[in-house]
Amino acid sequence: MFDVLSTRLRDALGRLTGHGRVSEADVDAVMREVRLALLEADVNFRVVKDFVARVKARAVGAEVLENLNAGQQVIKIVHEELTGILGAGDRTFRLTGAPAVVALVGLQGAGKTTLAAKLARHIVKLGRQPILVAADPYRPAAVDQLKTLGRQLDIPVASSPQGTAVVDIARDGIAQARRTGRDAVILDTAGRLTVDDALMAEIAGLAAAVKPVEILLVVDAMVGQEAVAVAQAFRDAVPVTGLVLTKIDGDARGGAALSISAVTGLPVKFLGTGERTDALEPFHPDRLAGRILGMGDVLTLIERAQENFDAKQAEQLAQKLRRNAFTLDDFLEQMQQLKKMGPVGQLLEMVPGMGGMARDAQKAVDQGELKRVEAIIRSMTPQERQDPNVLNASRRRRIANGSGTTLPDVNRLIKQFAEMQKLMRQLAGGGGARRAGLPFGRR
Amino acid sequence: MFWRRRRDEPAEVDAAPEGRDAALDAAISEEEQAAQDSPPGAPGRLTATEVTPASTDGDRAPEPRVSAATLDTGVERTRRGFVARLRGLLESGVDEETWEAVEETLIGADVGAELALEVVARARRRNGDSAEGAVRAELEALLATPRDEGHARWQPRRTAPATPAVVLVVGVNGTGKTTTIAKLAYRLTAEGDRVLLAAADTFRAAAIEQLRAWADRIPVPVVSHAPGADPSAVVYDALDASVARGIDVVIADTAGRLHTKSNLMEELAKIRRTIDKRLPGAEPEVLFVLDATTGQNGLAQAKAFHESAGLTGIVLTKLDSTAKGGIVFSIERTLAVPVRFVGVGEGLGDLVDFDRRRFVEALFA
Repeated sequence: MFDVLSTRLRDALGRLTGHGRVSEADVDAVMREVRLALLEADVNFRVVKDFVARVKARAVGAEVLENLNAGQQVIKIVHEELTGILGAGDRTFRLTGAPAVVALVGLQGAGKTTLAAKLARHIVKLGRQPILVAADPYRPAAVDQLKTLGRQLDIPVASSPQGTAVVDIARDGIAQARRTGRDAVILDTAGRLTVDDALMAEIAGLAAAVKPVEILLVVDAMVGQEAVAVAQAFRDAVPVTGLVLTKIDGDARGGAALSISAVTGLPVKFLGTGERTDALEPFHPDRLAGRILGMGDVLTLIERAQENFDAKQAEQLAQKLRRNAFTLDDFLEQMQQLKKMGPVGQLLEMVPGMGGMARDAQKAVDQGELKRVEAIIRSMTPQERQDPNVLNASRRRRIANGSGTTLPDVNRLIKQFAEMQKLMRQLAGGGGARRAGLPFGRR
Repeated sequence: MFWRRRRDEPAEVDAAPEGRDAALDAAISEEEQAAQDSPPGAPGRLTATEVTPASTDGDRAPEPRVSAATLDTGVERTRRGFVARLRGLLESGVDEETWEAVEETLIGADVGAELALEVVARARRRNGDSAEGAVRAELEALLATPRDEGHARWQPRRTAPATPAVVLVVGVNGTGKTTTIAKLAYRLTAEGDRVLLAAADTFRAAAIEQLRAWADRIPVPVVSHAPGADPSAVVYDALDASVARGIDVVIADTAGRLHTKSNLMEELAKIRRTIDKRLPGAEPEVLFVLDATTGQNGLAQAKAFHESAGLTGIVLTKLDSTAKGGIVFSIERTLAVPVRFVGVGEGLGDLVDFDRRRFVEALFA
């Protein structure tokens, strides 16, 4: 589904190659696909309507920047607007108060208990001492679940006898934190439906009684059109301070976050990216904007590549390729360009459909492959870098010693470089010199 | 709302978490002991098993705790806005704006933009019907997979009198698998079946305790291993125990897993193969549990689970929320796997048969 939509969006863009100013027809053509992409990503249809109107107003008549065509210009505006909505609000995770009280609220099955453990771990990393409070007396074994997680993390878990009112559970937990010198309290509350008036009143009472500094609404990334109504209902009941989007490690596009941010202005503070307790990440609005559009973060990739890869350098490289003069020096330079753009794995992750490759590439980086290559080339003389043919056995041994690698490492690099040169000659011969100048990424 | 209604009463199950911890510890040490005792070549799989007997006579069906009226509330709540809105829309003459509103209603119910457009386009081509009838007919046609609607009771397939029927319950994290299993077990028990549960979610913290807490309430026996054990081994042992004890239906709980995690999906396929191995030709029911609040990602989920485990039915949970669960139209159309049940609350009785007419009606409430 993803790929179908992305392809269609690209097709629509491909037809709009005009320059100058963006016409209304251009905008309509692109926005039709954008609208479907957003709906497919579960962005609320009212939010979509509003959004499309806003982008249209801004895009019609906009000047098309150099190097872009009209369609790309529209997408650029779409992306900026999406990022703007998702980036609104203050994403700071506040831990003020003695102790700082953080409450997690949300529907059943959103992932509150798992998140509680992740947050506890995060808080420890911040140099604080958290305590988990099991404030879900309804779901069978919810308390056991939190206790098990607390045991795994070596973080204390406070629980109250069965039948204790939720407000008292929270108060007891906070009292225990004070007694035992814990300076942060995480309240794991029960999942509740927004139509359950009694339970919504209960959570309101809890918030009023203990006044948490952070009340995080936990939302499943797979949630559909109801996200807005759910968020509004929770915000009406308690002073929600932010969102946490969970299960984002699946392939759901996470339009719920956009819907909620657009309607409530609540900032997304964290992303839950897996079942393990360390799978918690800070939120990057631009990345999610790209994901919602269904284009991976291909936009970010383009931007970064544009920023970091000097156009002049690219042109020089292309000329060298045409002249068949691509040297180890150029190879090294190119690798440094890549490094500037961020971890290779992360870079590939942004390209739709490249997730698997990204992991492989990341592995290579993790294993120090790139560093090794760099060390080897830096241990060569300028002459050797220009012409690897002079590298006899003695020189290779010297290079291996000088770079702290082994002879097979050096041999492998020389062989790889020779193959790369051959490949680039082929590409250059076929008129693809510019593309070959940036083998990873640029589209 | 079973647990909630009992909020103020002294709890019967959750009262002694320490006790349950102790039982768990005992089970673990028992396993270690058993592993040591096992002769070489016979790994401690069987001996590691812990069968919790039902706490009272399993043949006695529990009193139904939920009246028929309660069963309706969830669906009813979903319906309220629905019908009024559609009727209001369609009776006032069908102009472009109205059709657009129908489209938006469908999209807002998570039917999906493309399918919503298609349904409306087709409804507009229908003749003779009222507009409302046309839209409903189109939607109902999407749910045309045979599902024995109107039969007195749903009965998981049993290929031979000596072998138990097997129900494997799968889905992504947090959709309500364990609660659904409890409701299903309660229902089958009430109908006179002897049910056994397999606690094959060995991954999530306290998942086994959660299943056991429900099982004690019904009551039905549970087969479990220690946390972290191979879920296939749990299922295998549960099948063994069921054959030995003349159980009618085995229901296996599995860990929630995102459909994009290939290793976990492979684990599920292995569980499925284990069933075929232990009970060749058993034709297990594989129920996919889907949260009604799920959006368009539900289709990708269902496809992936169908591929690895071969789905035979869908349970749509949390329909007592404000969500409509419209993604099931795409799923049923694409996979021809019927929605069987609807979860409408947290009580044991809150699982009702799927009724496509009422479901479609509810979209327009």
